[in-house]
Amino acid sequence: MSESEKPVSLQSYFRLCAVVFLVVVCTTSAMIGTSFSHLGEGWTLKVTLILAIAVVNAFLVAGYLMHLLSEKKLIYTVLGFTAFFFIGLLGLTVWATNGFPPGTVSH
Amino acid sequence: MEIPYTVQNRPDTGIYNAKLGVWLFLASEVMLFGGLFSAYVLLRVGAAPGDWPHGWLNVTLGTVNTLLLALSAITTLLAWAACKVREFGKFKFFHACTILLALTFLGIKSYEYHDKLTHYEAQLTNGKFADGHFVKESKDFNLAKKTGTITLHGHIVEDRKELVDLRSPVAKAAKHEEITIAATDIKKLGNYGPAHNTFTAIYFTLTGLHALHILGGTLVIFYLWGPGSRMWKTDPERFTNRIEVSGLFWHFVDLVWIFLFPVLYLT
Amino acid sequence: MQANVQQFPPFREISAPDAHGGHGHHEHPELNFWQKYIFSTDHKVIGIQYGFMSLLFMLFGFFLMLLMRWQIAHPGVPVPVFGPLLEKILGQPAAHGAISPDLYNSFGAMHGTIMVFLGVVPLAFAAFGNYVTPLMIGAPDMAFPKLNMASFHAFFLGGVVMLVSFFIPGGAAQAGWTSYSPLATTIPTHGQAFWLVGMVLLITSSLLGAVNFIATIIQLRAPGMTWMRMPFFVWAQFVTAFILLLAFPPLEAAGVLQLMDNVAGTSFFLPTGLAVGGQLAERSGGGSPLLWQHLFWFLGHPEVYVLILPAMGIVAEIIANNTRKPLWGYKSLVYSALFVGFLSFIVWAHHMYLTGMGQKIATFFQATTMIISIPSVIILTCMFLSLWGGSIRINTPMLFALGFLPMFGIGGLTGLPLGLAATDLYLHDTYYIIAHFHYVVAPGTIFALFAGVYFWFPKMTGRRMSEFWGRVHFWCSLTFMNIVFMPMFAQGIKGMLRRMSDGGVNYAASRVPNAIDALPGSVMQLNGWILWAAIALGIAQIPFIINLFWSISHGEKVNSDNPWNATTLDWRTPTPPPHGNFTHEPQVVRGPYEYSAPGHATDFTPQDEAGSASAPKPPTAHH
Repeated sequence: MSESEKPVSLQSYFRLCAVVFLVVVCTTSAMIGTSFSHLGEGWTLKVTLILAIAVVNAFLVAGYLMHLLSEKKLIYTVLGFTAFFFIGLLGLTVWATNGFPPGTVSH
Repeated sequence: MEIPYTVQNRPDTGIYNAKLGVWLFLASEVMLFGGLFSAYVLLRVGAAPGDWPHGWLNVTLGTVNTLLLALSAITTLLAWAACKVREFGKFKFFHACTILLALTFLGIKSYEYHDKLTHYEAQLTNGKFADGHFVKESKDFNLAKKTGTITLHGHIVEDRKELVDLRSPVAKAAKHEEITIAATDIKKLGNYGPAHNTFTAIYFTLTGLHALHILGGTLVIFYLWGPGSRMWKTDPERFTNRIEVSGLFWHFVDLVWIFLFPVLYLT
Repeated sequence: MQANVQQFPPFREISAPDAHGGHGHHEHPELNFWQKYIFSTDHKVIGIQYGFMSLLFMLFGFFLMLLMRWQIAHPGVPVPVFGPLLEKILGQPAAHGAISPDLYNSFGAMHGTIMVFLGVVPLAFAAFGNYVTPLMIGAPDMAFPKLNMASFHAFFLGGVVMLVSFFIPGGAAQAGWTSYSPLATTIPTHGQAFWLVGMVLLITSSLLGAVNFIATIIQLRAPGMTWMRMPFFVWAQFVTAFILLLAFPPLEAAGVLQLMDNVAGTSFFLPTGLAVGGQLAERSGGGSPLLWQHLFWFLGHPEVYVLILPAMGIVAEIIANNTRKPLWGYKSLVYSALFVGFLSFIVWAHHMYLTGMGQKIATFFQATTMIISIPSVIILTCMFLSLWGGSIRINTPMLFALGFLPMFGIGGLTGLPLGLAATDLYLHDTYYIIAHFHYVVAPGTIFALFAGVYFWFPKMTGRRMSEFWGRVHFWCSLTFMNIVFMPMFAQGIKGMLRRMSDGGVNYAASRVPNAIDALPGSVMQLNGWILWAAIALGIAQIPFIINLFWSISHGEKVNSDNPWNATTLDWRTPTPPPHGNFTHEPQVVRGPYEYSAPGHATDFTPQDEAGSASAPKPPTAHH
């Protein structure tokens, strides 16, 4: 219950929800469209684009539905560290696995 | 004895206990799915060229499920908003929608699982591969004893690689029909279960864990909607907090699906 | 049940306990045994539950180790006294009372698992954390009491699953506490599946605990208990909780994936072309064994700090209390603990130099590993400097705390060669490693935990443990610990590998005299010494066990709520603390270690004692 955004009425929430749902429909269609299009050689470009759209979609849910855009500093701090460690886990693991000297078995 | 700040916000942090608790829990969930997504990335990047399957999952069903979850996230938000403006009837309505949407999601998911588990690939003794959905088998079908026949709706390919990319023109042009194979001709028979290959392993594990989260969330929301809603009469403020906290979890589950859908269905 | 009190309760109901007279909160209904000791939501009872269980598990883990040491010193010779019993319980793997190599592997894997996940972590984090943390910050209980109970029950179930796995056909897990794939999947026993299910339960327990601790420390600090007034112990628990919260889930993910490998036939960690027993495995392949190692050590290394930080917290409290002066460099301690916690997430691959990773990434991990030793050294240095110039009060807790300092120092410093790839390649998987991390955990952390038991025992029971037997326990433990672990450095440097069920006989110079670098007789002989020192170490724990139970009812009664004349809030409650802890809400007005303040009547000034030492700050002060 954050004091900062006490609802005026349910109506204001209906409007927010309608917009969010519309954008979710649009982003989902955009992802599917990208997936079936003939962009680039192979999948690299398409995967990048699709993930970028997914991030927009996720931002919407986290930002508005979870009202993360108007959250307290404490929660930002917790999530900031979490994001950092997640990137560390993914990034360093991929780096370590791809960083084998040439000619040695990697997997 | 009373625990402080179960309902009201602590002045210096600005939040109540349960809200901090659920965000901490979600942080650990981020790391849980972070570990799983890391596994996905590593296995996909490490796969031999041309080995990673495409188009194995039904995009239509996936899209429907995506929209169902998005809708349920919205009804969850509205249920909380209804609590805040003290409209209990509307809360009941919105969370009833949430529960129905979640159950539909699980129904579609189990149909998809069923589809994969009845999809067989048979390695034939002549080196070819038969691939298709199970239709029927003769009464005496026994792979170990090499008796009887099995009928699949699908096709036979020369090279297993043709089964990998179902978005390719070759795969799209393939004609599917009922084929009956004798057990004596089968070298190895297996369904598209988790053990089939790395993709199905990841698909079943990630969506399975996600479905467990859906199930758990649904149970919690059902409790708060049914017997748990008695608290509305005694302590509406605290009840509203419970709805918010369970809603945060539900939105997170939606968030995970937002990444699972493109990663598994679209790429 | 709390809901029907008021619709909008004030911030701190506890500050006016009498106001609740009409609400039935004072009439504590008589709780039966189950409600009081098994399904309790009181943080103190849960703390004691954890403490009791983890001490039992530690004893069990120690016993497994004794059996292994017998097998190492006398390979294939039936175990005296316990041999027939083993054969009766475990059957074929312990035929004729001797330990088969498979059984040795089980014991090795389970010794590590039990000591780390069922012994030290629950004792250091869950038991002391549960009992002491809410008292120290002036809270009536943990933020989520029911979650706290669920956390203990998950832990208990996890322990049961681990123990049950000894009795299934094929026995318990055999792939080491690290459970490296593909070994963990290809060993033909379901023990590994049990291990994984047990781990998932233990991880769940830790996660619930971590959420609870962080929420409690952030939300339930008493008025005036600002961040920089928190005792170092609370800081240590806070950082530990964050490590558990964020480092454990990737291992849970890995556990689920390995469970799928073992049960559903997937190949997450099994490479293409895997051969088992000389035959191509019936697996789809395509997995990555290294992925398991990354996910495991992403927890595994922060876990080291989970083991050591609470111990440092305990030692800091006891040193400040017994030197009768403020801790030297409180802020340095706090920031070092935070920095250790942060950095512990990005050092994990120094366990994996031997996998042959590239130069650049190895350099990265060597750099972070060297950097993380700096805050650890700062913490240790601050504690040493705290001793300087104090008129030290020697008692059993203080002896153990003082013992911790050099023991942890040895453990830490011997870790440096392992953090550098060039030396690690040689020392990896030898007894040097065993000696190194046991020095950190056994005479290090476990000494600190003993210190904590002796220190807080009067608060828990209202009686002291026997000082004489405490000292006997300390000096014998110190002596035999060192005789057990010091020779292992020598063995490791000579090249004796760990996890050999025959104790290296196959590589002994007496057996293969012409082999290069065969193990000389002098090194092999040490196995015998270690065995007898280990047995003596076990005997040295008997005074502790008897002392612990005897003192509950027969120990010398303490004559005040604050027998050690301490400053922190945990000593400002009735003894033992009732449900709800404090008789009135503490108002904290000063830092945690105001000992021997000039001009004060006594040589200690409790944190909530009103006075002129420092002006009270408003409760909302936030750093």
